[in-house]
Amino acid sequence: MNAIGWPNWRRLNQEGIVFAIAILLFAAAALGLPGFLAADNLVAIVRSVSVLGILALGMAVVIIGRGIDLSAVAIMAMSVAWYLQLLNTGTSDGLAFVYVLAGVLAIGLLNGFLVAYADVPAIFVTLATGSFVFGYVRSQLITQDAVPVPGGHWVELLGGVRFLDIPVEVFVFAGLAFLVFLFLRYTKWGRFIYFAGDNPVAARNIGVPVRPMLVLRYVLSAFVALIAGLLTAASLHSINTRIVNSTLLYDIVLVAVIGGIGLSGGRGGVRNVLVGAALIGILLNAMTIIDIPLLYQNLIKAAILLGAIIVDGIINPRDEQTTQQGDI
Amino acid sequence: MRLLRTLMAAATALAVTAFAAPSLAADDPGPAAYAKALNGKRVMLVPLAMGFDLAQGWAHYLKKEVEAWGGTFETRDPNWVVDAGAQAITDAIASDTRPDVLIIHAPDLNSYSKLMKKAQAAGTYVLLVDNPANFPADAFVGSDWDKLGQLEAEAAIKGCGENSSKKIGLVQGDQANSSSLYQYAGIMKVLEKHPDFQVVAKPDSNWDATTSRNVTTTMLQQHPDICSIIDFWDGDATGASAAIRDAKLDGKVFLVTTGGGEKAADCDKLQDGTYGAVVMTDLARQSGDMNAIIKFLLQSGQPAGTSHTYIYTLEKATTKADLKPDSCWDLKALQAEAAAK
Repeated sequence: MNAIGWPNWRRLNQEGIVFAIAILLFAAAALGLPGFLAADNLVAIVRSVSVLGILALGMAVVIIGRGIDLSAVAIMAMSVAWYLQLLNTGTSDGLAFVYVLAGVLAIGLLNGFLVAYADVPAIFVTLATGSFVFGYVRSQLITQDAVPVPGGHWVELLGGVRFLDIPVEVFVFAGLAFLVFLFLRYTKWGRFIYFAGDNPVAARNIGVPVRPMLVLRYVLSAFVALIAGLLTAASLHSINTRIVNSTLLYDIVLVAVIGGIGLSGGRGGVRNVLVGAALIGILLNAMTIIDIPLLYQNLIKAAILLGAIIVDGIINPRDEQTTQQGDI
Repeated sequence: MRLLRTLMAAATALAVTAFAAPSLAADDPGPAAYAKALNGKRVMLVPLAMGFDLAQGWAHYLKKEVEAWGGTFETRDPNWVVDAGAQAITDAIASDTRPDVLIIHAPDLNSYSKLMKKAQAAGTYVLLVDNPANFPADAFVGSDWDKLGQLEAEAAIKGCGENSSKKIGLVQGDQANSSSLYQYAGIMKVLEKHPDFQVVAKPDSNWDATTSRNVTTTMLQQHPDICSIIDFWDGDATGASAAIRDAKLDGKVFLVTTGGGEKAADCDKLQDGTYGAVVMTDLARQSGDMNAIIKFLLQSGQPAGTSHTYIYTLEKATTKADLKPDSCWDLKALQAEAAAK
């Protein structure tokens, strides 16, 4: 990578490979599929991966710091489901939002605290808190899998917001991507995340507040999940907690990892998320236009991902450092 | 003295007999036999999940009736996880309190077949509800999905009209669930008879509203002149309707779906024009069918697995024009009723 951050084409890494595949697919679809290049379809592609991309941004920040947040989808669905349930049972909007905000903050803090101070591996902590959030909210706080948005509420109106005929979640995705980019690249704490992800012990030795920063990352991830959930509810006028059982969580990790954010931490950035999201978006859209059944779609998606990882393994063999530290 | 006592006793006995005689004539053997066969029997419902309208409606109506005849009613909540459902069934069969009737909402054609066979071998009657499976259950109660698909297709054709593009889009569920496969077959049967109508796309939603929205957006993008879309379940048709709304095609695309006839899920959305037609299951009647077959099986004395009955629920495509106050049942009202107890 050079100074302005463009990929170095002479040394093709996973991001480059995935980007190349995305471009190839795009070109093939543009030539072969009528209507693919239409402005509306391009907007639809970006929109279809907006929520996924937003969640992947939060996940990316956590992964770069050598962690993982498996509670993201549970937080996304359950926080919003609880919010809507409170509204439907007559709690005032302000109070309901404060409750939910406090809940999301608490789960983010709990995740961060257990990982940073109790030294429990992130994968176990977040797996457990995710299940807890789902189980508690589903059994104690809401009565139904699907909770509708009350008519005329701002969440419903949000779903109808358009600028230049482009849905609001595209702008939120773009805005958040830009903010995370600024945070990771130009703030001190953003840079520290790379240090801590690359070598936590060395980072602590030079005086980086490694543990408080870990907590911050999980809190950030939880808030990003809340935003993603609100956007989902805005578009569908309801939230279905069944999504927690879906493959969305793996798709989020996938978008981050396939874009080239190493699970061993310390590497990658917003651009990797965008590349990963672009590939998934183009792939799904093209396959839907061709009308490929879902079973084959999953097969093709998995085959392309596997291919990218294998090629990356050949071009970029595991180095001494990764071998010693191991992936998560 | 002794004579008097004997006389009095005789008189009492006579009086008792005299009073008892008319009631003897009216002594219907039914209630006693009914109580003997049913009292203390256990009924268990294992739906795909307890968190959605159909399961909650069934549970409400079944519980009311089973408890009224002195039985025990229980539910298990696998929460859409097939393994968890299998575990629940296995545990139920093995437990000391093995249910006498097991009502299973199968996730696909085959997953629970072996377990259901085991249940029958242990002496438990197995009822399949809503989703058929490759298994000769004691009874199947639910929709004839093929017929349901035909009704959807007819509603879509009617919704399109003669002067339309005659292009129909399908949003299928998946390629494993019998309700999705048979629904598709039924739709195609009707469309074969109307060769001027064509299916322009048939993506799967995997029963997820966001996926339904994304594939419908693409479908409308490719074929903006689609006159009707059939989404295979009201649980994800909210996504298809969001796509139609976003494409500013409200009122131009006639959205057909199917559901359990719950007020907020179906009737309200017919009323506000989100859905053009919904093929609704009469849930109270379907639950009534289950109650009747349970009562029959428990009194029949036949071993589990010896008879196979299909009880298809009457289905009807409802549009805004034929909405009546009692077209739907109200989950909120049922929940309030349960909470009041």
